Amino acid sequence: MRIEEHPILSFERGRKVHFYFNGKKLYGYENESIAAALVANGITQLSKSLKYNRPRGFFCGIGKCASCRMRVNGVPNVRICIENVREGLEVETQEPLAELPSREFDDKGIDTLECDVLVIGGGPAGLCASLEAAKSDADVIVVDENFKLGGQLLKQTHKFFGSKHEMAGKRGIDIAKELEKEIIENNRIRVFLKSSVFGYYESDHGHLFGMAQRLDDMSEKVYKVKCKSAVIASGASENFLVFPNNDLPGVYGAGGVQTLVNVYGVLPGKKVLMVGSGNVGLIVSYQLLQAGMEVKAVVEALPKIGGYFVHAAKLRRFGVPIYVSHTVKEVYGEDKVEGATIVEIDKNWREIPGTEKRIDCDVVCLAVGLSPSVRVVSLTGADIRYIPEAGGYVAIHDDCMETTKRGIFVAGDLSGIEEASIAMLEGKLAGLYSAKRAGKDVNEDKADEYRKRLEELRAGPFGERGRIAKEKIRRLWKECH
Amino acid sequence: MSLKDYERTGTITVDEIKMPSEEHLKRGVAIIECVQEIPCNPCVDACPFGAISMEKLNATPKIDYDKCKGCGKCVSVCPGLAIFVVRIRGENGFVTLPYEMLPIPEKGEVVDVLNREGKVIGEGEITNVRVENRTGVITVRVDKNLIMEVRNICPKR
Repeated sequence: MRIEEHPILSFERGRKVHFYFNGKKLYGYENESIAAALVANGITQLSKSLKYNRPRGFFCGIGKCASCRMRVNGVPNVRICIENVREGLEVETQEPLAELPSREFDDKGIDTLECDVLVIGGGPAGLCASLEAAKSDADVIVVDENFKLGGQLLKQTHKFFGSKHEMAGKRGIDIAKELEKEIIENNRIRVFLKSSVFGYYESDHGHLFGMAQRLDDMSEKVYKVKCKSAVIASGASENFLVFPNNDLPGVYGAGGVQTLVNVYGVLPGKKVLMVGSGNVGLIVSYQLLQAGMEVKAVVEALPKIGGYFVHAAKLRRFGVPIYVSHTVKEVYGEDKVEGATIVEIDKNWREIPGTEKRIDCDVVCLAVGLSPSVRVVSLTGADIRYIPEAGGYVAIHDDCMETTKRGIFVAGDLSGIEEASIAMLEGKLAGLYSAKRAGKDVNEDKADEYRKRLEELRAGPFGERGRIAKEKIRRLWKECH
Repeated sequence: MSLKDYERTGTITVDEIKMPSEEHLKRGVAIIECVQEIPCNPCVDACPFGAISMEKLNATPKIDYDKCKGCGKCVSVCPGLAIFVVRIRGENGFVTLPYEMLPIPEKGEVVDVLNREGKVIGEGEITNVRVENRTGVITVRVDKNLIMEVRNICPKR
């Protein structure tokens, strides 16, 4: 179902177009992803699991998981959540182990692109890095896998916290528009959308990456990208949780649902159980109320609400219960979610028998943390370590955001899970120093200012995890040098 | 460290709010329900009278009721939607609150009024509606004894 009216958003869906799903003619809009258009048409099962052929539905919505892979115009394994709907596309479900493409493509050859700074990821960190590097006179290429720029800013309908320097009080969606406009107007920056960086190679001077861009006919154009330095800002993926039937279509990442609802204006269902009360769980729950869904409950395994009180209070005054010391025991349903059971847990995380409650819901959202997406940075040979407070494996880096691989920088959630204001500042730092590595004169006074603001943002009790993560990362970085 | 109740419940009680005097309530003042140290300060910049202050970005905001004129500029600015303006005139109480849901009520409409737990605790008449940066700033007239309890509305439509 598509949202017609929304208190904050007006959906610019674009032209209505027809496409085919398993031979059946459906309609979507040209600014929608194929996955969003399918959900809008009531299709919940997108693929099957590799081993047991269990149905799989929409989960992450941003190209990080594998649950929506389909054959599009004969090409298998297309992540349909980051592929835009076009007139006449033929979309088909595929067997878990997909057959090779059913058509042949002309060899388009491999072209070489050159730039000072390559930025991988067009979210808050990557866009700020691109702008900062370009302002220091670096020629920049920024690439993103999705068909639009902005990363996860595109779904942040709430006003940002922080101070006026971090655009506090502005909504993420508006910040995304401003950054995109600046990027497009800056003639030092070239943008490659629907493009994936897949390899890193030895190079005589500087760095060499392999990149493939998906074209409208579903063929790919391969590029060698030569750069003097690179900023990797590939973001994070949503964590999963173990419970019976956790793979039923209808169990979504909270961020996945946020994408579906706020970017595409498509509702995944009517009644939601939110698992996790960190800021993501609380904010998304509130945004689902705004979209017209009913939030039946928020459950939190810890004895206290994880996110900001003010976000919890916004939900509570709409009568949404928040159950602390509770978890989801199981989800039930035939081919899709038909309900869930929650249960109280004691301080040793054991379920307390007799405290089960049935929740009547058709959507379960998991908001149980994020893990940095380290695959691209790990290709470069940068030193990767497991830092629990950073959310998982991260490339260790110094306070210029440079990894142990000279000229390779990281920023944003990839460098440790925090939030968007911090990602933007880290992006600026990485942009500045990547330009310096590319031989540009940069104003390091600005860097000191960015570091000071980062310190301020992390100074409170909610910044503790980030502070600890960065201290550990810096310590490891020094040991490496 | 012992847990505060609001960390479990997501609601605060009136005891946790610095109470304005009768004089202040007659003029109308902003009630800031922001009790945790979070990195956020747009309310400080939004106040035209310098009534809201913070020692640092992560401090909780402090409001000087003598300086506050109850103008409500901070209501739509607060990213946490945690600021309300309350006022008493005669037997009537007025609560101005941020509202980001549809439908946006109309002036003169009678709505249910809800407390911090989302329970209906009475009815109120909408006396003013403005929308700033897509946040509705809604004033509802309620029983004067309810001004420190009413924190949400629900249109009857």
